[in-house]
Amino acid sequence: MAKTIPSLADIETITIGSRPPGRPDDGGRGGGERPPSLPEGSYRLAMLFALASIGMLFLGFTSAYIVRQGLGEDWRPFSPPSILWVNTTLLLLSSATLHRARSLLRREAIRESLRWLSLTTLLGLLFLAGQYEVWRQLTAQGIYLSTNPHSSFFYLLTAAHGAHLLGGLLALGYLTWRGWRRRLLLMGTPDHLKRYGALVGTAALYWHFMDGLWVYLFILLFLWR
Amino acid sequence: MTQAVATHEAPKSFIRRYIFSTDHKVIGLQYLFLAMAAVTIGIVLSIYMRLRLAWPTERWPLLAKLFPQAMAGGTISPEFYLSLVTMHGTIMVFFVLTTAPLGGFGNYFLPIQVGAHDMAFPVLNMLSFWVTLAGFLVLLAAFFVSGGAPISGWTAYAPLSAVGEIAGPGLGMGQNLWIVSIALFCIASLLGALNFITTTLNLRTKGMSMTRLPLTVWAWFTTAVLALLAFPVLLAGGILLLLDRVAGTSFFVPAGLIVSDKILPHKGGSPLLWQHLFWFFGHPEVYIAILPGMGITSHVLSTFARKPIFGYRAMVAAIFAIGLLGFLVWGHHMFVSGMSPYSAIAFSLLTLSIGVPSAIKTFNWLATLYKAQIRFTVPMLFALGFVSIFVTGGLSGIILGQTSLDIPMHDTYFVVAHFHLIMGVAAIFGIFAGTYYWFPKMFGRMMNDALGKLHFWLTFIGIYAIFIPMHILGIAGHPRRYAETAGFDFLAPLQPIHVFITIAALVTAAAQVLFFFNFFWSIWKGRRAEINPWRATTLEWTIPSPPPHDNFGPQAPVVHHGPYEYSVPGAAEDYILQTAPPTAMKS
Repeated sequence: MAKTIPSLADIETITIGSRPPGRPDDGGRGGGERPPSLPEGSYRLAMLFALASIGMLFLGFTSAYIVRQGLGEDWRPFSPPSILWVNTTLLLLSSATLHRARSLLRREAIRESLRWLSLTTLLGLLFLAGQYEVWRQLTAQGIYLSTNPHSSFFYLLTAAHGAHLLGGLLALGYLTWRGWRRRLLLMGTPDHLKRYGALVGTAALYWHFMDGLWVYLFILLFLWR
Repeated sequence: MTQAVATHEAPKSFIRRYIFSTDHKVIGLQYLFLAMAAVTIGIVLSIYMRLRLAWPTERWPLLAKLFPQAMAGGTISPEFYLSLVTMHGTIMVFFVLTTAPLGGFGNYFLPIQVGAHDMAFPVLNMLSFWVTLAGFLVLLAAFFVSGGAPISGWTAYAPLSAVGEIAGPGLGMGQNLWIVSIALFCIASLLGALNFITTTLNLRTKGMSMTRLPLTVWAWFTTAVLALLAFPVLLAGGILLLLDRVAGTSFFVPAGLIVSDKILPHKGGSPLLWQHLFWFFGHPEVYIAILPGMGITSHVLSTFARKPIFGYRAMVAAIFAIGLLGFLVWGHHMFVSGMSPYSAIAFSLLTLSIGVPSAIKTFNWLATLYKAQIRFTVPMLFALGFVSIFVTGGLSGIILGQTSLDIPMHDTYFVVAHFHLIMGVAAIFGIFAGTYYWFPKMFGRMMNDALGKLHFWLTFIGIYAIFIPMHILGIAGHPRRYAETAGFDFLAPLQPIHVFITIAALVTAAAQVLFFFNFFWSIWKGRRAEINPWRATTLEWTIPSPPPHDNFGPQAPVVHHGPYEYSVPGAAEDYILQTAPPTAMKS
């Protein structure tokens, strides 16, 4: 797969237009060794690009954050509610449990793997519930979206992150459900297991990214001055 | 190995086959037809503007029928003129220049040209089209809400776009709809871009190495990468703008702003921040519009010059260079915003350096034509027209890229002339070249040649008749975006130029009827096309016209040749299909 990504060396060796006629060529290094249209190989690649795109969204927000912070006498940051630390721990834990689930799946310990996957989903749910609790506490203190630019960014960034995480949670929930439902089938055929493993791997990529993104946002909002 | 093909039977029901289709070819056509509807509306809006500029006091009761509220009394008010500017720009940039060359031709031909049976994620692809369509309908809805369409331009500059109805008609619900429409468009483009990238990298058939990809595929691929990285930033800006409007935040609205004698409650935001976010997207967007046209032009020029494209490697490198530099020059849209002169110099130098890859492309096109036995078919004429207009529009870009020249010119018609030529018309010529070139493949029939040539010459001359005089208006200091030309003494002598431009625009617009007639007439009545009427080399010309649902049938093609092997010495014919056996090269 690595060789399908163009490099300068690829471009160097191209001889279109100046290729001496008669140079034999029996099919190059194209993507063609795989049967076309088998989707597993594309999941991970597409996810990497999707994450680049999501990264740009948050980079856009970040640049606005930094510019806006630099402008303001009205910039009055609040300190992080203590429950945010709990949420952060939960989310970090969920990455660990997901990692465990994946390595068990690779060893075809399906039942154990699905248990860890379920635990991951649960931790994700708890994180979102915890974030909602943070919003509730803040509004109780009178800190709203439009109170000051820092609170605007806090609500905006947690909402944007939460929405993306919810997407990941739906994917994990679906995979867990599908895993339990088709457990026997899964153990029966290596093809299904491979496909399932690819899906879980792609979802894990997304989940770890969301985890890292949260740590980044936490630092941006509260630790970085 | 062929198991995937088994799942690739065409759906039987009409709705699954033609409406909610996951077939990249149907989706490509859906995008093309959407772009046709959008371009028709966009042209109509521009005619309203041209009539207002040429004959400012005239009443147009017939035209008022389309906009009974906004044109009460039969005249175009300055406010309505501004909403025409906004909607014309938004529709053309997003729903024509982005939709047709990338969503339309890219969807239809990228999978075929790489030898795939479909896009990597057909369902995402279908979603991408339907979200785009939803975005288009939401945008059009802005005409029909109270206050009408927004007046803040396609760039939606804050604070005008951020403070709501108090600043003018159309800035209430109309502006909200505009933002929602653009947000939908961003999401749709991301889904599409993911498919383009993954398909190019992962679904190429055996032998289709990256260096055997047609330049069209390279262009679509690079464009998709630009879209993937640029649209999220616009989405971020759009979300912030919407929050400023509906949730009382202050991202873009400064403190103490007085509008219509009222102090607004916002505090401390920065209008410049919006400009940075917008143009960080906006400049790559220019290349999103033009790069596919460059790809199509390279492809068509090589085909009808019967010569390999000159400098394939350099062409690919130039596409990348243009894409990369496109992300570093957004500041050149903001020279008059009061930015630091030091950063202006940096933006200016980077902008001028885009001239280098652009010149590489231009000279390679010319070298491809050099001593060629050119076949002046209709697609070839439009590809040549692309080169001409790209050069004309590019030269004024070198003028505007310099701060000392841009500052006096910035708010004049010179800029309007520049960006219409380089971004609008050049891209449209690329679309026309693509349409005439691929029509036989898409519909199995040829378009009428004589009508096509007439269409080309009327359009080509008409375009120059419209936009060359606009440069003169700009040099004379005529401000852009003004509906009112009558009230200023220094503009009075320029009025005949406005009249000339408007007449040229009407003739050019009328010439497009020829195209639409030719297009739809040929779908049913055109001469039947062979599989490979242009005697071209790439994979789409190896399969029936129109291609079957799974493109290549159960057997994936195997590629042995580069994409532009024309007039190879010793070969039996003057072209070698990419799938021809390797021995076809030997004498």
